[in-house]
Amino acid sequence: MRSFSYERAASPAQAAEAAIHNPGAKFIAGGTNLLDLMKLQIEAPPHLIDVNGLGLDEITPTEDGGLRVGALVSNTRLAADMRIRCDYALLARALLSGASGQLRNKATTAGNLLQRTRCPYFYDTAQPCNKRQPGSGCSAIGGVSRQLGVIGTSEACIATHPSDMAVALRVLDAEVETVRADGTCRRIAMADFHLLPGDTPHIETMLEPGELITAVVLPHPVGGRHIYRKVRDRASYAFALVSIGAIVQPDGSGRVAVGGVAHKPWRVEAAESELPRGAQSVCERLLAGARPTRDNAFKITLVERTLRAVLNEARG
Amino acid sequence: MKVRLVVNGTPHELNLDTRTSLLDALREHLHLTGTKKGCDHGQCGACTVLVDGVRINSCLTLAVMHEGDRVTTIEGLGTPERLHPMQAAFVRHDGYQCGYCTPGQICSAIAVLDEINEGIPSHVTERLDGAPELSADELRERMTGNVCRCGAYSNIVDAISEIAGSRA
Repeated sequence: MRSFSYERAASPAQAAEAAIHNPGAKFIAGGTNLLDLMKLQIEAPPHLIDVNGLGLDEITPTEDGGLRVGALVSNTRLAADMRIRCDYALLARALLSGASGQLRNKATTAGNLLQRTRCPYFYDTAQPCNKRQPGSGCSAIGGVSRQLGVIGTSEACIATHPSDMAVALRVLDAEVETVRADGTCRRIAMADFHLLPGDTPHIETMLEPGELITAVVLPHPVGGRHIYRKVRDRASYAFALVSIGAIVQPDGSGRVAVGGVAHKPWRVEAAESELPRGAQSVCERLLAGARPTRDNAFKITLVERTLRAVLNEARG
Repeated sequence: MKVRLVVNGTPHELNLDTRTSLLDALREHLHLTGTKKGCDHGQCGACTVLVDGVRINSCLTLAVMHEGDRVTTIEGLGTPERLHPMQAAFVRHDGYQCGYCTPGQICSAIAVLDEINEGIPSHVTERLDGAPELSADELRERMTGNVCRCGAYSNIVDAISEIAGSRA
């Protein structure tokens, strides 16, 4: 690990300002992904800003009947909150399907959104990777790509976003609340928060330098059956090959997003009108334009079959 | 950088490189070598300790991030003469072979029972609107962050089940 200086921030605005004054600085909260990457020197920030003292660790009701989840609420606390379990069960299920008990105890709501891809070539510092070293090339294209993306990919990168939580937040139309170094706040829709790789796979979110996530805002609950189904190589403690997050209403309408297939949670609102006609109709639109590799072409079939299982469960 | 930790009830003040993980602070600076370094990347769980009663991977956190925290390691749970009930149960049920993962398994197991007691659900909890059950399936799912290369898993579940039963 490269050496770094360290400070504890006292307020969100101060944290954002400290980041601007220390180019290359990183915020650290749970640290479960950042420290892992720092040990491998994939991340080498010269300065760390510890945001754990900012008090952003509460889940509070919003005026329009939703919930505001503080950036520092741990994945365990979020999944255990009875309001989340009853009104946003999809989110609780997604969180509980990810990582291990120890990791969920440390991992935070904001950190989960900002975790980096688990593409093996991003992790292998001996190989070119446009995300790790812009312009060096993509080893995954033509390499071992079973786990990697099938849609929204580019010539520069076929990595996936590994978060289960983010898939649920996309289905729930959550918003990410931030503060910038000049003290101004904004809300970013989950639909816009994560970016597709394009020519700049190293830029993964809408966040500006120094911008700090302060909360995730959940809108008023929408009811319906909440299902998160994750398909993976082990029964537990593994990243998704594909996952489906869905809310299905009694009349068969609903929302659906897919994890494990793209650089961001994959949701195509126009495909959701096909839900009453079944998984095949939905997937024809949801996965239109997919460009799988030979290794991961199975994901196209797997998404459709998993969605079919989800819709059967919703009816049952 | 100075950091104060309360480890197994004893206050310590350490002067550490900011890069020092909590695991290395425990092993290399406080010479509490009961906590093991397995993968050092948060995958194996051998380094599991309790911080303010919550189980975490001590390899994936910096010691300087734990100013004033209360850390409990395997050395703080019991002694060879007076084993913690979970330690005794692991011995009784032969819940290990080489023993390298065992300190992490035991710290994790104690926290798992607290988490169930607090009503925290898991991936296999059937209903989210009620309290989770104390079943073998629940214990297996909740212990997935602790890998045992010797494969003592079924005996580990037996040991935890016994203690869970005696608590219930």
